[in-house]
Amino acid sequence: MKKIATGNKAVAEAVKQARPEVIAAYPITPQTEIVEQIAEFVTSGEMRSRYIAVESEHSAMAACIGASITGVRTFTATSSHGLLYMHEMTNWAAGARLPVVMANVNRSLGPGWNIWAEHTDAMQERDTGWLQVYVSTVQEAYDATLMAFRIAEHNDVLLPVMVNLDGFLLSHIMQPLETVDIGDFIPPMHLPHAIDVNNPAGYGGLTGPDQQFRFRWDMERSMRDSVKVIEESEKEFAQRFGRKYGFTEDYRCGDAEVVVVSMGTLGKEAEVAVDQLRSEGVKAGSMRLRWLRPFPKLNLVGKEVVVIDRDYSFGHGGILATSIVAQTKKDVFSVIAGIGGQEVTFDDVAGFVRKRRMGTEFWFGVNSHV
Amino acid sequence: MYEIRIHSRGGQGGVTAARLLALAAIHDGKYATAAPFYGAERRGAPIVSFVRIDDKPIRVYSQIKKPDMVIVLDASVMDVVDVLQGLKSGGRVLINSAHAKEFGGFSSGHVDLTGIALKENLVVAGSPILNTPVIGALARMGIVSSESAITAIREMFTDERNVKAAEAAYKEVHS
Repeated sequence: MKKIATGNKAVAEAVKQARPEVIAAYPITPQTEIVEQIAEFVTSGEMRSRYIAVESEHSAMAACIGASITGVRTFTATSSHGLLYMHEMTNWAAGARLPVVMANVNRSLGPGWNIWAEHTDAMQERDTGWLQVYVSTVQEAYDATLMAFRIAEHNDVLLPVMVNLDGFLLSHIMQPLETVDIGDFIPPMHLPHAIDVNNPAGYGGLTGPDQQFRFRWDMERSMRDSVKVIEESEKEFAQRFGRKYGFTEDYRCGDAEVVVVSMGTLGKEAEVAVDQLRSEGVKAGSMRLRWLRPFPKLNLVGKEVVVIDRDYSFGHGGILATSIVAQTKKDVFSVIAGIGGQEVTFDDVAGFVRKRRMGTEFWFGVNSHV
Repeated sequence: MYEIRIHSRGGQGGVTAARLLALAAIHDGKYATAAPFYGAERRGAPIVSFVRIDDKPIRVYSQIKKPDMVIVLDASVMDVVDVLQGLKSGGRVLINSAHAKEFGGFSSGHVDLTGIALKENLVVAGSPILNTPVIGALARMGIVSSESAITAIREMFTDERNVKAAEAAYKEVHS
């Protein structure tokens, strides 16, 4: 049946299909609809999960960790300050090698008190050991959430996965959604280091200097191994359900002389800008980065690059732009735009391309030092 | 791409109207998106929501600046909001009103959605429901087919009074 759904509802639908045993979450704008919908599924019996209503996001992640280490599938969702409040526990989930899946509805950080889209919340989690994917449509929010469980729980990965969707722009927009019967696409979870709840025992958890680095290297090794697991999962998804995804979504990049790199809904707006620029004779393309972690190898050889960051690292630069410069060793035109939900249209994106100056940074809407 | 901006007040169902319209368009075999503009909404405050309809997948997420059509569910928002802002030349207006109104050269339609809702006793928490009848009026104006309009309403609401109200608006709209 033809359906229409918000990004939030699409995530909830995917979670229903994935059937996690435990969901622990705390509501926060603009994520609220995800957990409301899941709570409704659980209450109505459509999902046979345990829904733990917790008193904070820190507890939400702690509860997911506690459940996950017994070997069961877990899910949570948050946004912005909720994600930051989890930060201690997000490190723990990754370090304990627990395949928790989380939806994060990207939202600005206070102050000022702002509830609109920005990527800085999730970007601040980039060094925790979580895999991160950013989506651009309601359908992709659904598809990526389904794939997240399979990827996280794969024995070559066993790291948590965060699915990011732009606050309001995607969480609240209504678009067509095709749901699928996932069958055995997500195999039953098997956690090799699950605790034995029937024989509870406690051990001293102190890890010495001669061991800790091994755990950290093992995380990085799994992060590297996750590349092929992601590729294999996306390929399998395409074969079964007909929708193809990759580390990036490349639009008219083949013969492009200038490529706009961005994440989330801006990547779709950029495609419209590319069409507009092409009609003016500018050979433009759009590369929408989907996976931030593991960070993919980007093919930008021989192209000018315009990077749009909906985030910032103070005293350093746009997080995406600086990552691309570090990898490609080339100058880019770094545009900082869309912070705090700032409206960025395809006309604006086309304007960024027209005024590009490699090696410089441009803050959209800011005329001078303020 | 056909772009529609809906003006209403918080609680009147403007967002649901956008959703119904997008769903009906999808049933017509089109692509559609419906998006509310989220500011500090609350009951009674003027709000806008957007609907885009196209034959191709829609990749634009920014707000509609130059609509092809404007729908005014509550005429009183016109005291504080310029509802015609950016309306394309040749654009159309539909207003919830028992009487015809002039919109500076734009072709306009009117229908008494409030009266229809009250007649059908479609009232929730003291507010007449405008979002289902307006879809009937829009079907008459050719934005969606009447079959898809009814299908969309039945998918979202079980109360048949919504369908009756939409049918009444279909008959009564002047455009």
